[in-house]
Amino acid sequence: MPTVAMTVNGKSVAGNVEGRTLLVQFLREHLQLTGTHVGCDTSQCGCCTIHLNGKGVKSCAVLALACEGADVVTIEGLATGGTADVKLHPMQEAFREHHGLQCGFCTPGMIMSAVDMVKRKGHDLDEKAIRKQLEGNICRCTGYHNIVLAVQAGAAAMKGN
Amino acid sequence: MYDFAYLKPASLSDAANQLASPDSKLLAGGMSLIPSLKLRLNRYATLVDLGALADLKGIRREGDALVIGAMTPHAEVAASDEVLTVLPALASLAEGIGDPLVRNRGTLGGSIANADPAADYPAAVVGLGASVITNRRTITADDFFKGVFETALQPDEIITAVRFPIPKRAAYAKYRQPASRFALVGVFAVQSANGVRVAVTGAAPSVFRLAAAEAALIKRFAVAALDGITLDTEGLNSDIHASAEYRAHAVVEMTKRAVAAALK
Ligand SMILES: Cc1cc2nc3c(=O)[nH]c(=O)nc-3n(C[C@H](O)[C@H](O)[C@H](O)COP(=O)(O)OP(=O)(O)OC[C@H]3O[C@@H](n4cnc5c(N)ncnc54)[C@H](O)[C@@H]3O)c2cc1C
Ligand code: FES
Ligand code: FES
Repeated sequence: MPTVAMTVNGKSVAGNVEGRTLLVQFLREHLQLTGTHVGCDTSQCGCCTIHLNGKGVKSCAVLALACEGADVVTIEGLATGGTADVKLHPMQEAFREHHGLQCGFCTPGMIMSAVDMVKRKGHDLDEKAIRKQLEGNICRCTGYHNIVLAVQAGAAAMKGN
Repeated sequence: MYDFAYLKPASLSDAANQLASPDSKLLAGGMSLIPSLKLRLNRYATLVDLGALADLKGIRREGDALVIGAMTPHAEVAASDEVLTVLPALASLAEGIGDPLVRNRGTLGGSIANADPAADYPAAVVGLGASVITNRRTITADDFFKGVFETALQPDEIITAVRFPIPKRAAYAKYRQPASRFALVGVFAVQSANGVRVAVTGAAPSVFRLAAAEAALIKRFAVAALDGITLDTEGLNSDIHASAEYRAHAVVEMTKRAVAAALK
C-alpha cells in the first residue's frame, strides 16, 4: 500500500493508504481526528471543510495521496493550549457566544469555512457577503440566522489576533 | 469508490505517457471526477494527477488575448487583477461557479474537459471564440464541445491552457439552479472586432451559439435589438427543474440581461 506523509495541525504524520482513500478518511480513520464530518456523498454540504495549504477545501473530494507534503489544518487545530487551559479560536468562541449551532453536525465545516472567508474577504463582513461566502456549507437545523451573526462577530474578533 | 493506482507525474510528457495506458484518467481539481467515482458512476485502473505541473497553472497576457493555464483554479481567475481589468466578465463567471470551497480546487481545464451541459466555462469558451490548447494541437471553441460530457479531446490528450481573445465588451448572465448552483441557463454575450457571439449553456445537451441573437445584435448591439426573438424548444433540456419551454424563455431573457450588462 502506498504511504503518505503530511503536516496536520502542525504535526508531521504519515500512514499507509489506498489510492482511493479520501483526505477526510485519512483524517478521521487513520488519525482519529473525527471533528471533520462527512455529511453527504456529493461534495455539496461542506461538513468536511478543512484548510489545505492555507485554503478552504472539501476534504471529501481530495485524495489523501494528493496531499503528500501538504499542510493541513482541521477544526482540532484552531484552539490553542492544552485540555486544562484550552483557548478557543475567536471564530469558535463567536459560534458559542451567538449560539451558531443546534445539533452541531455542520459546525466544524462552518467554522473552517468562516476562517477561510475572513482570510479572503477581510474582517468587516456584512450579512449578504457572509451568506454568499457560506454557499458551500449546508445547515439543516439553524436557518443560518445565528450562524451569520456568529461569523460576523468572529470575523471582527479575529482582527485582534 | 473502486480502488485505483494513483500517479503524480512531474512533467507533461510523463503525464502523457502514463495516460496512454488503458483505463487511465486525468485528475485535476477532482471536484467533478471524485464525486462521480464515489457514486461508482465510473471506474479507472489509474488516476494521473496533474497537481504537480506548475506550468499548467497561471494567467498571462499574450498580445490581444489572455492565456489561462488548465490547472488554474476558479478562485484564481475570479480574483486575478489581470482578468478583472481586461476580461471582467470571465472573472465574474468564475466567481459564480459553485461555492468558495469548490472554486479553491476546481480548474478551468477540468471544467471544459468534463463538458457538463450546465457548466459555466463552456459558455465563455464558445462566447469568446477561445482556443483550447492541448499537448498536441489547438482546438477552436466551435469544434471543442461535442455533446453531453463529450468533447473533441482524445482519451490520452491533455489540455494545457485556454487562449481567450480580449473582446470590446462582454458579459455573462446566469440563471442559477439554486440547489446545485450550476446554470439552469447561462448566456455569454460578446462584441468584438470580429463581430458578435452569443453562447448558451445549461439549456441543451451541449453549449451552443444563438444565431438569431447574433444576427440581430450585429446590426445593433442593444437590448431592444432582441425584441421578438424566440427560441424553438426542439432539442432543449427538460427536467424536474425546468421544462424546455421555460428554458427557451429564460435563454432570451438571459441574453437580454447579458447584453445590458455588457453595455454597462
Ligand atoms: C458542489 C459543487 C458545485 C459546483 N457548481 C458548479 C457550477 O455552478 N458551475 C460549474 O461550471 N461547475 C460547477 N461545479 C463543477 C466544478 O466547476 C468542477 O471544478 C469542474 O467541473 C471540474 O474541474 P476539476 O478541476 O475539479 O476537474 P476533475 O474533477 O479533476 O476532472 C474532470 C474531468 O476532466 C478531465 N480533465 C481534468 N483536467 C484535464 C486536462 N487538463 N486535460 C484533459 N482532461 C482533463 C478529467 O479526466 C475528468 O474527466 C461544481 C462542483 C461541485 C462539487
Ligand atoms: S461531506 Fe464533503 S461536502 Fe459533504
Ligand atoms: S446545526 Fe445541525 S446541521 Fe447545522
